[in-house]
Amino acid sequence: MSFVLNEEQQILRDSAKGFIAEKSPVTELRRLRDSNDANGYDTKLWSQMAEMGFAGIIIPEEYGGAGFGYRGLGLVLEEAGRSLTASPLVSTSLLCASALLIGGSEAQKKELLPKIADGSLVMAMAMDEGAHHAPANIAATAGKDGDSYVLNGTKSFVLDGHVAGKLIVAARTHSTPGDKTGTTLFIVDGDAAGLTRTRHSMVDSRNAAEVKLDGVKVSHDNVLGNVDGGFAILDEALDRARIGLSAEMLGGALEAYERTLDYLKERKQFGVVIGSFQGLKHRAAKMFCELELCKSVVADALQAIDERRNDVAQAASLAKSRVGAVFNEVSSEAVQMHGGIGVTDEYEIGFFLKRARVADATFGNVSFHSQRYAELEGY
Amino acid sequence: MADLEAFRKDVQAWLEENCPPSMRTPMPEEEVVWGGRNATYPNPDSKKWLDAMGAKGWTAPTWPAAYGGGGLSKEENMVLQQELRRIKARPALNSFGIWMLGPALLEFASEQQKQKFIPPIVRGEIRWCQGYSEPGAGSDLAGLQTSAVLDGDTYTVNGQKVWTSYADKADWIFCLVRTDKTVKHDGISFLLFDMASPGVSTKPIKLISGYSPFCETFFDDVKVPADQLVGELNKGWTIAKRLLQHERAMISGMGLGGALSGATGQTLAGAAKEYLGDDNGKVADPVVREHITKHNMDSKAFALTMRRVQEEAKAANDVSATSSVFKFFGTELNKRKYELLIETMGTKMLGWEPDDTYSADEIGNTRAWLRSKANSIEGGTSEVQLNIIAKRVLGLPD
Repeated sequence: MSFVLNEEQQILRDSAKGFIAEKSPVTELRRLRDSNDANGYDTKLWSQMAEMGFAGIIIPEEYGGAGFGYRGLGLVLEEAGRSLTASPLVSTSLLCASALLIGGSEAQKKELLPKIADGSLVMAMAMDEGAHHAPANIAATAGKDGDSYVLNGTKSFVLDGHVAGKLIVAARTHSTPGDKTGTTLFIVDGDAAGLTRTRHSMVDSRNAAEVKLDGVKVSHDNVLGNVDGGFAILDEALDRARIGLSAEMLGGALEAYERTLDYLKERKQFGVVIGSFQGLKHRAAKMFCELELCKSVVADALQAIDERRNDVAQAASLAKSRVGAVFNEVSSEAVQMHGGIGVTDEYEIGFFLKRARVADATFGNVSFHSQRYAELEGY
Repeated sequence: MADLEAFRKDVQAWLEENCPPSMRTPMPEEEVVWGGRNATYPNPDSKKWLDAMGAKGWTAPTWPAAYGGGGLSKEENMVLQQELRRIKARPALNSFGIWMLGPALLEFASEQQKQKFIPPIVRGEIRWCQGYSEPGAGSDLAGLQTSAVLDGDTYTVNGQKVWTSYADKADWIFCLVRTDKTVKHDGISFLLFDMASPGVSTKPIKLISGYSPFCETFFDDVKVPADQLVGELNKGWTIAKRLLQHERAMISGMGLGGALSGATGQTLAGAAKEYLGDDNGKVADPVVREHITKHNMDSKAFALTMRRVQEEAKAANDVSATSSVFKFFGTELNKRKYELLIETMGTKMLGWEPDDTYSADEIGNTRAWLRSKANSIEGGTSEVQLNIIAKRVLGLPD
């Protein structure tokens, strides 16, 4: 294993950097927001990202992907995080593709993965139901009806839920909320009868939806994995998504930090640049140390997936909670150090603050993962 | 790779023959080996172990064999370290000569000086101390005033040093001296001399931990042969800075790992379960548990970063920024660990001498807690490290 990028990975990172800088600067997110874009992301940009191979990075070549692994996807996500690029990378290419790779039947993989890779299918994971991430706490039900299942319940905070061609829905076939057994994953068409979707307007100007399931009928061959065995697949897929999202958050944190450093070097007060004040210097240096540690935990966690190590869950919780805490801190400090201009909508630094909090809440926040880390480590 | 495997077999066979069984046990404080001409060995096996490792050059495995080092490649050294860890071998030698002075000599000393000084360092025959800080020159190290005046081929040294680690036990000193009073950084030179020279005296400083690892050191007309000047006259600051990087790397290593006292190797979580109770496998106090989790995650992230930077250095990426990062973060982490341990052990970590209530391990932790407070001061304070990062890495102005 290696923390140092090989040549292929460097080329991938450079091409992602160049592409995103050109096609998707932060002004694009502002444009999507101000034009009330119905999708919450630019569909043309998404097609171009798919053409670049980004949509299918983790998907093996036999299913139409690039087979570059999670380290590769992490590099692209980090660059996307730097420019706050809104796209289905997290919902589709990271989370749902992972769930299919882990638990999908050969038929399901053959049908869906090539469409994810070529950008023609957006997918969404409908799991959480309350104000906090709690993948075991599923109350939505799936009752057996002959050879089919009937789904009822409400899902909130479903990333790309309102535009997804297909959703993976977690519903209870057995036991009660909180129990890790008895959950089943279903692949559901976005336009299925009984399914209603309402887009939430989110603080980071990206999108998530409420999904209502009112007697949605799903055939048995659309079960992902085994009946009652959905939690294990979901948890493993979530760990990969947590790690990938940490890479995106690292990119956002680094960008917010570097913008702040530039500001410290140019803004003058009392006749000198404010970066010469020790009170600010020490805070900047401490954040630098924290970010150096973040780079290590993200790289290690991405490798843990690719190497199929048995500590992926620990690595995921370590990365998500550490990067979450540091992105929260760095984005808050960034606004503070920018002074008055930092709290204006006109200036972009506030966008990073907003994205930090949404990303933190996605797939488990700092507290969730600290708690989980302790449990996994046996104390 | 095949060569490495053959090397591993050789190492295993050699260790089997040369590492006495008593050297494969946890090391009590009083059996730590510092070498030197007046060394004592409470455990005679530790002398055998040092002689064997020193003769092989494995106290300094990657130094050139021409100067008595092991001459190993990085890969071979990794194998050696793995095998030493595997049999739980004690460090054969603790030495400022190896950790700090040797690397600087290899880089800056004359051929003749290398031949003279490096082999005895490898074999642990000379115990070194570091003459850097002065009463008026701590964080502002370059403000030092101890003077060395050249007359013929002899320097005369006058002045005072402070915080000289183990000066009272050392054989020789590597010392920063002022050789030009008219300029600051460019008037400093790097001098080696014998602590037995007439005019050298030391006085231990008792610390809050009750120990006296540091001394005040006085020089009163000490005569030093001119050929013991390392590098160029007035160019000692470059050597001093490089040596500080080695020192920081050594001190920041203390932030590594969750293990606490050397004798028990107990983890924070283990201690918490023992002193606060175990609630179905969880630390019973939820607040302490949360603090421990945060600390353990920081430690793990720190250890991963050490590894990442080693790999990047090997791949020739620029990592010059990191010695200050490690010094700052590692020492702060180490201090937090001991504060957290007090929170965990309660009054059991507030004893001073072992008795029926307080075990030797508990007292050991108490003293280590107090010792840890010096970590973020010695070798450049945390604030100095943050200034270095701000200036050299982030490019923020003075």
